[in-house]
Amino acid sequence: MILLFEQLLNGLQYGVTLFLLAAGLTLIFGIMGVINLAHGALYMVGAFAGAWVSIQTGSFWAGLVSGLAASAVAGILVELGIMRRLYARDHLDQVLATFALILIFNQSTILIFGRQPLFTSLPPVFSGSVEILPGLPYPTYRLFVIAVGLAVAVGLYLLINKTRVGMLVRAGATHRQMVRALGVNIKGLYTAVFGLGALLAGLAGVMASPILAVQVGMGDEIILATFVVVVIGGVGSVKGAFVAGLFLGMTDTMLRAFLPTLLQQVMPGPEAQALGVGISSMGIYLMMAIVLLFRPRGLFAAQG
Amino acid sequence: MKKLLTSTGMLLALMAPAYAEATKIGVITTLTGPAGYLGEQIRNGLTLGLQATGVEFELVVEDDARDPNTGVQAADRMLNEEDIKILTGIVFSNVSGTVVPETVDSGAIYVSPNAAPSSLAGAECHPNYFVVSWQNDTLHEASGAAAKSLGYTTAVALAPNYQAGIDAIAGFKREFGGEVTEIFTGVEQSDFAGEMAQIRNAAPQVVFQFHPGGQGISFLKQYQQSGLLGSVPMVLSEPSYDGVILQAVGPAAVGLTGTTHWNADFDNEASKAMVAAWAEAHPTTPLTTYGQQAYDTGLLIGTALNAVGGDGDVEALRDAIASAEFASTRGNFAFGPNQHPIQDWYMTAIEADADGNPVIVTKDKILEARGDVYSADCQM
Repeated sequence: MILLFEQLLNGLQYGVTLFLLAAGLTLIFGIMGVINLAHGALYMVGAFAGAWVSIQTGSFWAGLVSGLAASAVAGILVELGIMRRLYARDHLDQVLATFALILIFNQSTILIFGRQPLFTSLPPVFSGSVEILPGLPYPTYRLFVIAVGLAVAVGLYLLINKTRVGMLVRAGATHRQMVRALGVNIKGLYTAVFGLGALLAGLAGVMASPILAVQVGMGDEIILATFVVVVIGGVGSVKGAFVAGLFLGMTDTMLRAFLPTLLQQVMPGPEAQALGVGISSMGIYLMMAIVLLFRPRGLFAAQG
Repeated sequence: MKKLLTSTGMLLALMAPAYAEATKIGVITTLTGPAGYLGEQIRNGLTLGLQATGVEFELVVEDDARDPNTGVQAADRMLNEEDIKILTGIVFSNVSGTVVPETVDSGAIYVSPNAAPSSLAGAECHPNYFVVSWQNDTLHEASGAAAKSLGYTTAVALAPNYQAGIDAIAGFKREFGGEVTEIFTGVEQSDFAGEMAQIRNAAPQVVFQFHPGGQGISFLKQYQQSGLLGSVPMVLSEPSYDGVILQAVGPAAVGLTGTTHWNADFDNEASKAMVAAWAEAHPTTPLTTYGQQAYDTGLLIGTALNAVGGDGDVEALRDAIASAEFASTRGNFAFGPNQHPIQDWYMTAIEADADGNPVIVTKDKILEARGDVYSADCQM
């Protein structure tokens, strides 16, 4: 029972990380119609900038601010320099260009930081663990990650549903031509949304940096799962990204944690292990196939 | 006209010896992605080892990105277009599983500085295939023996779900003999929170894990963050606690037990020369066992090339490599019947230096003149 609860928390934490990445990706895809494969690279930029500054200054918080700033600036530069030229092109050109961006970001990072991973320590406030249930110490930092993710979700909800910018974002996701026809500064809106998406990716990167190895290619690992989240949640829907992110995070963690053991009840050990690991790594993709079968546009597809 | 011919002839005469002396050596290794630093260690180790023998050589380096198909394409180019006779460099067993058969079937020689999957060590062994590092299982048999000698009887063993991971757990179990709970992780996985919960739930006396490169850094950091580090001891094989991993993990690594076939504190001439050469060439990067294995591979290839005068006669070169007449940085070294090493294994402790940073200190020898279990199936 304690194990189940702990795995649920782990799933929640993975889920909010996926949400932070997917929220930006889904907005960019939904509003500008651009498939941005390089979103994972912005996650990496955030992680590297954050880790490097926190190593130099010894302060996690300085790292957090710099990581956010670096990824937002990188995002805005990419939008101004490259993405602008791609909006009118078809998806193949966009995929090629953003794939090239991944390679460029990865190689530049190798040139600047080398191939060795960076290491940062946890902020002292969150370095311990708290006993959330008797016999279950849970790392405080992971609770902090969950809290930040949920806070961002609330913030985005307010931004999108209660502000004028949010109104434009919503309108842009559903009726792009109409927004343009009404004379809204669509270029400025695009840059802002791209920067916001990059900022959220950078936030996910900085938050992950004390837990994971900060290394070149770290974004490529997580971006696949992020795309699955976007597709399941419905392109353009932040609500969908939130629900699908948490759902996938939990499903993935639960399958990996319990499926091999469950299968061991009905078949011999090694085969159960192999089959269980196999099925659980397919899990999120199976989930995507099932969702698309019944809801071809995702769970919360934006209209239009 | 005559003058032109003469000068061209002189030019050719000048160029020819230099061209004949510099033997091209194909290096296929992993230089991109989370494990990119492993390939960098291997490339740098090879260079220093070859330089130490004074041989004329030229490295042709290609990145395999840990992908078997990319590796085979690189091998094809080297073998067929560049006419290279000797290949080396591969980090990962899944890549060597496809590149090695391709190479030896074409009549060229492959010398492994790292990966040595069980699938190529037994019935599939080949006269042109040499391993300088170890057979995959043996690495982890040493850890099994270490855990047993420390008196533990229950263990949780974790490894990524690919050939080397499967070999790792098989090797650990073979020598450990106690009760083992197996957990296979994803090859690309970097968050191990779920596994930490499973370990806590299983409450073993000892944890054994095999996660090379960036995965190992993530695993150790999270092991500490989850509070397991103080309560459940860990035994590691050398790829899971190399110098780069320790530098990244920092003081959290102090207190772990490791096993290895070589360590920077080894007291022999070859090892001291290597450590000095590395420190001069790469002052900011710690030398890992990957670099050491590649250095030994460089020594072996260089010595053999010197003995037979280049790669003109591949069979003579093969025999020269098989005689293994080089001074290994690990001390005792010989090839077994399947041309995998027979060598000694040591237990190491990770202790704190004056600044509190982890250093690897060699302790007892736990396995002596150890070959591998698959050599019995090898018929050459």
